[in-house]
Amino acid sequence: MYFLEARNIVKRYTGHTALNDVSIGVPEGTVFGLLGPNGAGKTTLIRILNQITGPDEGQLLFNGSPLQPHDVADFGYLPEERGLYKKMKVGEQALYLAMLKGMHQKEAMAELKRWFVKFGIETWWNKKVEELSKGMQQKVQFIVTVVHNPSLLIFDEPFSGFDPINANLMKEEILELKRKGATIILSTHNMNSVEELCDNIALINRSQKILGGSVSEIRKSYSKQLFEVTTNNQALTSEKLPDGFYIESQIKEGPFDRSTISVKNNMDTPGVLRQLVMLTDLFTFKEILPTMDEIFVDAVRNSNTQQ
Amino acid sequence: MKRKLSAWSKTAIIIRREYLIRVRKKSFIVMTILGPLLIAALYAIPIMIATMTEGKRDIEIYDETGLYVDSFKSGTEFIYYPVAGNLDTVKQRFLRSGRYALVHIPATEFNVPVTAIIYSQSQPGMNIKGEVKRVMGKVAEALKLKAKGYDPEVLNSIKTRIVVNTVKVNEDGSEKRGNSEVATGLGLAAGLIIYFMLFMFGGQVMRSVIEEKTNRIVEVIISSVRPVQLMFGKIIGVGLVSLTQVALWVLLTLALTTGVSLVMGEKMQKRMVEKPAITSIGSGVGASAMSSAVADAAEQEDNAGKFQMVMDGLKSIDYYTMLSAFFFFFIGGYILYSSLFAAVGGMVDSEQDTQQFILPVTLPLIIAFMSVGYVLNYPDGAFSIWLSMIPLTSPVVMMMRLPFGVPMWQMVLSLLLLYGFTFFTTWLGAVIYRTGILIYGKKPSWKELWRWVRYKS
Repeated sequence: MYFLEARNIVKRYTGHTALNDVSIGVPEGTVFGLLGPNGAGKTTLIRILNQITGPDEGQLLFNGSPLQPHDVADFGYLPEERGLYKKMKVGEQALYLAMLKGMHQKEAMAELKRWFVKFGIETWWNKKVEELSKGMQQKVQFIVTVVHNPSLLIFDEPFSGFDPINANLMKEEILELKRKGATIILSTHNMNSVEELCDNIALINRSQKILGGSVSEIRKSYSKQLFEVTTNNQALTSEKLPDGFYIESQIKEGPFDRSTISVKNNMDTPGVLRQLVMLTDLFTFKEILPTMDEIFVDAVRNSNTQQ
Repeated sequence: MKRKLSAWSKTAIIIRREYLIRVRKKSFIVMTILGPLLIAALYAIPIMIATMTEGKRDIEIYDETGLYVDSFKSGTEFIYYPVAGNLDTVKQRFLRSGRYALVHIPATEFNVPVTAIIYSQSQPGMNIKGEVKRVMGKVAEALKLKAKGYDPEVLNSIKTRIVVNTVKVNEDGSEKRGNSEVATGLGLAAGLIIYFMLFMFGGQVMRSVIEEKTNRIVEVIISSVRPVQLMFGKIIGVGLVSLTQVALWVLLTLALTTGVSLVMGEKMQKRMVEKPAITSIGSGVGASAMSSAVADAAEQEDNAGKFQMVMDGLKSIDYYTMLSAFFFFFIGGYILYSSLFAAVGGMVDSEQDTQQFILPVTLPLIIAFMSVGYVLNYPDGAFSIWLSMIPLTSPVVMMMRLPFGVPMWQMVLSLLLLYGFTFFTTWLGAVIYRTGILIYGKKPSWKELWRWVRYKS
């Protein structure tokens, strides 16, 4: 059973279909990456999950039962278009937003104070938002997203507009939330962060899901049969290699050679390893899996040419 | 499971924020204080001007004819000193005396001399000129009548003042003395106040929606509450601010005007008592003076009559009905217009973009405002009645008609139509708002707007 599941979601606007039969399933306690080019329909899907708009067709299940309006109190949402009231004081504003999530004033106050101390920003409580830098405002935004201790967190482009230091802080916080048992949906363009953070992904292009599954399996399925091996100098040469094995590159590193070998038959990885071991001593052996970045570009390009 | 706040209490939290940020603003406090001050000033300035005197002025009367000098009676403004002698020496003495002006009435060969020269070291004011004209005119009139063989008393006896009182007959047959000038004034004031308040507070709702869009906070909020909750929280919050403002205005105005009338009213009354007293001193000093005194008294009586009529008119207004009608028509009009203003705010990214959409919203209000001349002249005319029934114009036009008396059924029907129509405008406002607040960067065309209205939530 998935913690949050969207089944066959269709959303039409006059003149175009924003989502066409999209299904995703997010297992509990995992980080789910929602990927796709701009305008693919990610934000529409996220708004549907947050019940900001409703789907035309399809089903939404939260913890196994149909998603209810009151479930939003258990969601934390950091939208792509995010901001704060400029003229309002930081603390007052955070309290307001926490209470709109359904927290009682006392509880909200205590939790906010705890987060403010954790981020080292307790002195900002009485400052107006317009006095804060953009990075500082982002910290406040993050706090109001998580303060009500939601079991599901939805971050839409959380790293956009963050400086590297704050982006890193965000990553760590997201991982900590995961460790504490939260389920997280992450929409991002930053493919490095997908590899670091996500357990599962869905790739949406032109309103359709074109790829989905666990990150490791997707990367395996996109394997280009590329392997990196370290051997003694001159231990591997093109002549010694069996049919279908090619040396793509070879770099001399002291007494060792680091070679990249491509395999052009459908041999599985243990088979490749067996073949190489028979040839010479291997100091290291690893398969070079395509990066999510490459998979993203590949998959989108393929789906675009198919249509 | 922790106990969570309900949807209603979340709306209450929104209302509280919208209310508090506004009443805490300096501009709210300034408006609250300035409003009644302006009204009090409108009320006090005419009284102040009427009671203002530059102190008493000494005027020398050099009457070569001897016909007029007795009619110049010293009063609150001027003290008259009859002087005699050769013109040159009189002038010399005047210059040395430091008195304000010298009125020279030269002898002529006519029976009734009608010229006077005022000498003064500075340009004399209009008031002394007017006073000399008035006093001399009355005496000359009497003299001329006498010359033709009429008794000046005859003139006074035929002077007629026509008094028109308006009486409102109620359905139950009871009568009430009304005053159409007072009704016009009150109708105009009530209509204008509603008009400006609808614009002012409707505009506040719109700006607040735009602010949330440009701040990009709106999506954060509507992931916690429904867009409709946010919109109504805002409308109710700003509405409560407007009622607070009005309540404070009424209280402060009452306090101020009471204070002003306590101070000024005393002066006014003194003046009213003084004037007839002065004129009566003059009586019995010859036929000419007598006639002028009588005329003065008549004028005084006339003023008092007018004053009485205004008071009657003010008393004839049913303030309870006026105030409760104001309350209900303002609330209805405010809900109607603020929901449309909220929709306009949701459609655009900045205030500069609102022009195109604001005009259709405000056009009915402007029409209502421009019809003021007609409505006040023909409060029961067909056009006036129609405008006071159509929900978009009724809050302004009905308030203009009200002091003239409006049948109960018309008022009830108009209110029913107004509140019925607010259901439509709040629905329309809400469907446009909830779509518009999530769309950035482009203004919708009218066609797109129509699509928004048809979207499912």
